[in-house]
Amino acid sequence: MKLKPEDLDKITERMRSSTALREGACRAKITVHMGTCGIATGARGILKAFLAKKEENRADDVLVTTSGCAGLCSHEPMATIQLEGEPPVKYAELTEEKVGRIFDEHVMGRKMVKELALAIGNERII
Amino acid sequence: MASQYRMNLMVCTGTGCVSNKSLNIIDALNREIEANGLAEEVQVIPTGCNGFCANGPIIVVHPEEIFYQLVSEEDIPLLVEEHLLKGRPVQKLMYTPPETKNPVPTMSEIGFFKKQMLIVLSNRGIIDPENIDEYIARGGYKGAAKALTEMTPEQIIEEIKASGLRGRGGAGFPTGKKWEFCRNAKGDEKYIICNCDEGDPGAFMDRSVMESDPHEVLEGMVIGARAIGAKHGFIYLRDEYPLALERVLKAIDQATEYGLLGEDILGTGFDFTISVNRGAGAFVCGEETSLIGSLEGMVPEPRTRPPYPAVSGYKGSPTNINNVETWGNVPHIIARGAKWFSGIGTETSKGTKVFSLVGKVNNTGLVEVPMGIKLREIIYDIGGGIPDNKKLKAVQTGGPSGGCIPASLLDIPVDYESLKEIGSIMGSGGMIVMDEETCMVEVARYFLSFTLGESCGKCSPCREGTYHMHTILENITKGKGREEDIELLEKMGTLIKQTALCGLGNTAPNPVLTTIKHFRDEYEAHIRDKKCPAKVCKALITYTISKEKCTGCTLCAKNCPSKVITGERKAVHVIDQSGCIKCGICKSVCRFDAVEVE
Repeated sequence: MKLKPEDLDKITERMRSSTALREGACRAKITVHMGTCGIATGARGILKAFLAKKEENRADDVLVTTSGCAGLCSHEPMATIQLEGEPPVKYAELTEEKVGRIFDEHVMGRKMVKELALAIGNERII
Repeated sequence: MASQYRMNLMVCTGTGCVSNKSLNIIDALNREIEANGLAEEVQVIPTGCNGFCANGPIIVVHPEEIFYQLVSEEDIPLLVEEHLLKGRPVQKLMYTPPETKNPVPTMSEIGFFKKQMLIVLSNRGIIDPENIDEYIARGGYKGAAKALTEMTPEQIIEEIKASGLRGRGGAGFPTGKKWEFCRNAKGDEKYIICNCDEGDPGAFMDRSVMESDPHEVLEGMVIGARAIGAKHGFIYLRDEYPLALERVLKAIDQATEYGLLGEDILGTGFDFTISVNRGAGAFVCGEETSLIGSLEGMVPEPRTRPPYPAVSGYKGSPTNINNVETWGNVPHIIARGAKWFSGIGTETSKGTKVFSLVGKVNNTGLVEVPMGIKLREIIYDIGGGIPDNKKLKAVQTGGPSGGCIPASLLDIPVDYESLKEIGSIMGSGGMIVMDEETCMVEVARYFLSFTLGESCGKCSPCREGTYHMHTILENITKGKGREEDIELLEKMGTLIKQTALCGLGNTAPNPVLTTIKHFRDEYEAHIRDKKCPAKVCKALITYTISKEKCTGCTLCAKNCPSKVITGERKAVHVIDQSGCIKCGICKSVCRFDAVEVE
């Protein structure tokens, strides 16, 4: 295929997801907690559900990542949602339905799902 | 779900990391990722050289930018399970600075990377050099599109002139002016050449650019060809760079496929093709007129100038030659503007410079820094200082054509003029760090032996002059130096610089002249006292065993290859000087520090 100048932008657009991933530039970051406890209660499914929602919404500027156990093992699986410039929000005892709502309302709609949220902010690190 | 990976693993596949088996690591990663059911979530991408070659193989994990070093195939199952699956970065594979005990997780927090400023290397480690889409996604070919659709050739040249870009191959000639000469020269056919015949010992800037971002060089050449009016360009690539060759050929194919090379580029009616020529294997081929001779199929020997290649170059046609790094700067200047570029650097030296930082320094590798940075910052902040707490003695810039800068001048800014003032040159960017155990006379002899061997033999100042200077230096290191030798070396060096035909001879005496200038006392010690202060020159040192310290453990005697150490068990040992070959093995095996060198 021979390109025209405007095709360069189309390729850039098509590649936006991986560019955003590598440059760390994102509007929202979803962290699924994947400690042994999280994995045992189905965190893999939660992670996949978030990834599917991201794909469905073509949300290239949303990062989905993993981290270790959040410490509240009895309430796993858990995820933390952080929108740019806002404090992180933790959601607990997630299911695939809850993931759908959280993604639609919090990540896309920028409004925290109050009744599902467990806590706002991080623990203090001393 | 291929477009929505949640994690990218950038595995360095520069020559350094490949030789440390990074390709096996990629295979192992893909195997483990598949086994853990992560293939749709995690992507492994081979990248070009990351720069931190001393600590390769290197993997950078995005989005967190976690930096892993010295990774081996055995580490991969743990890495995949812990980090990729459970999200717990693996501490034992992180970089730990020598002065602390805490591993540094992310790349941007590591001192080596923190102080660098990337223009030419801005895509290193971030893109797959074999995938043109990744280059385009980072703004690639936007500069070429701008140059071809919005600018006249004159405007392109004005932009490059205004940016202050100067040749990165060594001499530092203003690039815009060079282009203008060639554009204004009479001739129906014009050519441009990319000089990638990198030959300085310890230098690998050009190789790395070609391996990690070949499209950047191609794009620079498209812009230059448009400005100059060339229809064809050559890349003259050192034959010892097989990986760079493979990647640049692939890049040319991809760019041609996309219509970014060939006929009617980007639909603008501009035609330009590039072919790659493998170097003839001689150092002198890096000199522009020799390079052109070699391209024409002649013996690579320099020609007298004028006429300059801009007037009469390849097959007598106007030809413009720039170095890899110079071409690599061009797309960025056109895309972002001359003003942005000229805002970086010093009054006379704009932009950045890539150096290969090697020798006695903790973090050897490839660094890109703004012009005007202090040598001290490069060596200590980026390079992490000198290993084993030894003292810095000198820094050699510009390879065999450059000079040695003493530790007392570490605070000079790195730019073309400041380096020239103290007798060295920017050169193509080799930077060799030397510690207190380096003999400066021996260093000068080594570099001269290199240029002597690489002299093409066409002009007598270079052919005969370097030979005689080398003989004198050899005599000095063997304790046969004469009082008048220093003055003779200075006189010959100055004469060769003035009379040799090309850059090779013009600069060959630099290592000798600068070491005499800054380390004259070492020369005098060799000549007058028959001593080598750094204890390197074998003819001038003797190994002895201290009577006080020797415990008679017999280890030195057992390891001596000449079998000249004698002594009973638990009695003081003695070295028979007549048979000692001064290999130093006795000193390195002694556990009681009893072997002394004088």
